[in-house]
Amino acid sequence: MAEPRLAASSGAQGVRVDLTRTPTARSRFETGIKIALMAAAALSVLTTLLIVGSLLFETIEFFGEVPVSDFLFGTEWTPQFSAAQQSFGVIPLVWGTIYLSLIALAVAIPLGLLSAVYLSEYAPNRVRKVVKPVLEILAGVPTIVFGYFALTFFSPDVLNGLLGIGVGVFNGLSAGLIMGLLVLPTIASVAEDAMSAVPASLREGAFGLGASKLQVSLRIVFPAALSGIVAALVLGASRAVGETVLVLVAGGQTPNLSLNPTESFQTMAAYIAAQARGDIPAGSIEYLTIFAVGFTLFVLTLLLNIVSIRLVRKYRQVYE
Amino acid sequence: MTGAEIAAAARTQNSVIPRRSSGDATRSAGFVLLMYSAVGIAFVGLGAIIWDFASDGVPVLSWDFITSFPSRVIPANSGIESAIVGTIYLMIICAVLVIPLGVMTAVYLEEYAEADNWFNRLIEVNIQNLAGVPSVVYGILGLAFIVRGPLSMGPVLLAGGITLALLVLPVVIIVAREAIRAVPPSIREGSLALGATQWQTIWKQVLPGSIAGIATGVILALSRAIGETAPLLVVGAGVSLRFNPEGLDSAFTALPIQIFAWTQDPNQEFVARAAGAICVLMIILLLMNSVAIWLRNRYEQKW
Repeated sequence: MAEPRLAASSGAQGVRVDLTRTPTARSRFETGIKIALMAAAALSVLTTLLIVGSLLFETIEFFGEVPVSDFLFGTEWTPQFSAAQQSFGVIPLVWGTIYLSLIALAVAIPLGLLSAVYLSEYAPNRVRKVVKPVLEILAGVPTIVFGYFALTFFSPDVLNGLLGIGVGVFNGLSAGLIMGLLVLPTIASVAEDAMSAVPASLREGAFGLGASKLQVSLRIVFPAALSGIVAALVLGASRAVGETVLVLVAGGQTPNLSLNPTESFQTMAAYIAAQARGDIPAGSIEYLTIFAVGFTLFVLTLLLNIVSIRLVRKYRQVYE
Repeated sequence: MTGAEIAAAARTQNSVIPRRSSGDATRSAGFVLLMYSAVGIAFVGLGAIIWDFASDGVPVLSWDFITSFPSRVIPANSGIESAIVGTIYLMIICAVLVIPLGVMTAVYLEEYAEADNWFNRLIEVNIQNLAGVPSVVYGILGLAFIVRGPLSMGPVLLAGGITLALLVLPVVIIVAREAIRAVPPSIREGSLALGATQWQTIWKQVLPGSIAGIATGVILALSRAIGETAPLLVVGAGVSLRFNPEGLDSAFTALPIQIFAWTQDPNQEFVARAAGAICVLMIILLLMNSVAIWLRNRYEQKW
């Protein structure tokens, strides 16, 4: 250890003693490490800046050629047409995204929440040790595999064969329902965390007053974990909105404003992937659409994520 | 008054004491049934997914399938060598980038950063947000910044690897932080009290104590990376390449891309090849997850 440097100086305020240590090799090394770690941490902020930057520049360029109002309120999305007939209304893509996400959430919210209540309140330890890994495996299956399943089995054999609904090869119903299966584990796991975080004393109090297990689960634990549960739903919605390959493979590539789920739909994410594949020249209006649509998608998911992060933090503060 | 009478009197409209009726039992049983069916649907869904690709794909699997290049014309000769090699290379690039960056960030946030500093709060919120950005948006970042634009690498292996690394970096950071947080403060205090510096404490105590958790997280993040299709599509991965990548600046393909291409093929024999490739991808993922579980059980520190 280095001796503290004792530099005494006297002035109007009296004697001041400088007790700072002279930097040694060791303390310099420690500072260096800290700076290196800090730089690594700052890189994540840089990533965000790069995402925003790469979206923003080309989007601004896009709006130089297409008026913002045409983009936001137009109901025709036909960038593949020749210049005179091109139309850049993003509404059909936004509708496809919202509609398929709603179908997915209609499946994933009830199933996910019921699974979460079961895991948190009802399941014996032995059963939980089986169910949780199965949900984790489901969450780990690549989305292209869900897409393959929806296209080769769920649409032809279940929807058309078993149920006789009469869907096209590519259809929103199949993509949406299977997306529900994909989002289910996300909702189940976040909601279960929230319910498990509810203190046991609340349950015991209710049981002591004679409440049944059902009443404790639904009237005590569920409301107490509500912010976490809503966070789970928002997170699930954000996953559904951003899902790409499943929709690309099974949902088709038709921008569609229809309410009929048996038709083909295109979502914002699926449009981006489909368009970027076709090796279009940089700077062309078709290339710029990728960024304008990407920016819209980014803003939408960012809003959902901020809401869910806020809510998760809220329930953590209450019980931890 | 007997106890039952008192209880009956107490069960007024506003009483907290629930009224037991025959309806309660039915409702409880119904709810249990609903929960069973919810979990059951998840099980059946997973089972059906596996059965679907396995029944289509297993007949395709052979050593030739794994060691042949894909053919655009003859399904029977078409294999996945370039896709497997590309996926392995992507995984290596991803690991090389993500392990140091992820662990360094996690160490900084857990061991150095004061929680109420605005910079640290910014980093924290930022990582949570990055974890929720759709993967296709990372593809756009790769396309605009790495493939074209400032870095202008072209649609090459390194560009794909960097894009995937940025995608899974938040996951690695979040898991590594949890592993580091699980090391009890008493370990750090003991080390510091013996005269070790902060970095010596981290390097000799905290990191060895959390390595199993970190390794598990890294493997799970890499298994997410190699299953991603959308960002690689946007970045411009090749389809049905008849060569393996020769270096970081070589064109590449990957298993999910090859699966995607074959799934879209009108020829059903090619679609069966997609199922075969899914089998191989799922086996790789299964192996990685087994290693992660083994690591966690074998080396996890109990404090």
